[in-house]
Amino acid sequence: MWFLVPAFAILLVFFVLPTLFNFVYAFTDWSGFKSEINPVGFDNFADLASSGTLFSALRITVVYAALVAVFQNVFGFALAVLLERDTRLNRVARVFFLIPVLMSALAVGYLFQALLKPDGGVNQLIGAVARQPFDHAWLADNTWTIVVVALIHSWKWMGLSMLIYLAGLKTIPEDVMEAARIDGASRWRTFWAVRSPLLAPAVTFNVATALLGSMNGFDIVQATTGGGPARTTEILNIFIYRTFGQGLFAQATTMSLVLFLLVALMAFPVIHRLRKREEIL
Amino acid sequence: MTDGAPHRTLPARQRTGISDARIWTRLQPVVAAALVVALIGVPLWLVLVTAAKSQGEAITPDLSWPDDWQLWDNLRQVWTDADVPAAFLGSLLVVVPTVVGVLLCGSMASWVLARRATRLTAVLYAIAISGIILPPAVVTVVLLLRQLGLAGTVVGMIGVYLGIYLSTVIFFVTGFVRTIPTSLEEAAQTDGAGPLTVFRRVVLPLLRPVLATATILVCLYVWNDVFYAFFVVGGRLDTLPLNLFRVASAGLYLNNWHLIFAYVILMSLPLIAVLAVAQRKIISGITSGAVK
Repeated sequence: MWFLVPAFAILLVFFVLPTLFNFVYAFTDWSGFKSEINPVGFDNFADLASSGTLFSALRITVVYAALVAVFQNVFGFALAVLLERDTRLNRVARVFFLIPVLMSALAVGYLFQALLKPDGGVNQLIGAVARQPFDHAWLADNTWTIVVVALIHSWKWMGLSMLIYLAGLKTIPEDVMEAARIDGASRWRTFWAVRSPLLAPAVTFNVATALLGSMNGFDIVQATTGGGPARTTEILNIFIYRTFGQGLFAQATTMSLVLFLLVALMAFPVIHRLRKREEIL
Repeated sequence: MTDGAPHRTLPARQRTGISDARIWTRLQPVVAAALVVALIGVPLWLVLVTAAKSQGEAITPDLSWPDDWQLWDNLRQVWTDADVPAAFLGSLLVVVPTVVGVLLCGSMASWVLARRATRLTAVLYAIAISGIILPPAVVTVVLLLRQLGLAGTVVGMIGVYLGIYLSTVIFFVTGFVRTIPTSLEEAAQTDGAGPLTVFRRVVLPLLRPVLATATILVCLYVWNDVFYAFFVVGGRLDTLPLNLFRVASAGLYLNNWHLIFAYVILMSLPLIAVLAVAQRKIISGITSGAVK
């Protein structure tokens, strides 16, 4: 039984205690400018709500997470289907799509910041195809930049989703496919009616990891936009990092608690629902 | 499916199905290769050519071939100016103890959690794996480290990473232990071996596959992490991602894309090398835990 001690001592000190502190210090005026810490009730929440920051950061985080979950799964699934057969070319291609997964997210962010500049590589290629200069500022649009950043996030992680879907496709027994073929189902119908429902566990895992990864996201947004333009891509972790750097510890803690509650409220029901769907099948 | 209607249309559909399949077999390699070039090739190409350019040429990073190939000079400049060796050492100093600690503590706890079915272990297991989903309280952990006198230290950083990734390891390893039969452990126990010996001699060797998976995942996350490192050791200890961030945001290097990308190459090379050598292991490692 004492085998449990090291792990749970670490969890207690470095995970449980900070989380409990989170619930305490979000209701104080803790800051880098003075030494005493006093309780202030719900003032931090009220301030953040009245300035509009709370809801805009929440909305941006949820939108970002949803976009990443969709893009990453669509790309990963498409790649898995495309590269399903075990040919030599496909095996090499899979390794290439794994490179972004291993790369530092910060490096990926800088890479796309350079690639998406108005006079950067992407516009250069578009200009060459369209035969006229193209200089769209991809990362300076108040409405669409969040979508672009979500696409970059999905680009980094699509290789991982691809691997999971490939593993899922391999678990489908050959005789199920055979039976569908004998029943006269077309390839298209076999695919949608027989194979894709059997991928439910892979979908659960991929959607859950994509949601968690993007709600806890930081590096890619920081390296591409830093939260801009006009804070339209300021997800919760960017806000926490910025206010912490300014010495506004109570605000940072409050947002950290908001993130905690958001993940708890969003992730558990989503995972529960996806799990339930698996059981029915 | 036994109605008349689908039967009549079946031959036609089958014929198109076959020719569809044939077209697809021809087309698939072309599509796959094109996608690799467009989605992976172009970004990597940008990194390479920009890292090889002179400062003046790299101010507007584009896909053109450098007039003057000076990749080696740029790599050397970054290596010395940005103090890459120190950051590399800092990264190792954090990653290695984290991985060893998380595997050891994680598998010890998992063994007990998997083998004892009491109400207490069920509760403990639920608490342990809740960390997979719940985000760590990154601001208050800094406060706690200050109170413990660990703020800004390697030990504090390792502790924070252990707290974050123990959940993942416990989840994977407990699931794995449940699939191995208890007979081996019982045999060792009747031979008079104590729990420590049984764990070290019997259980740990059996856990190798799942520990490999956990190692890959934890290495990947900790090696590339910058968010938690900012809060805990930012400014005190340099790791590779923290150093890259400093290099890229410092006024000195602003718009020095050739140096940023030279850094990216230096930083990614170890991982790319590992991928090239151990791709099979990595692929099976990542996927084995996910689909159950």
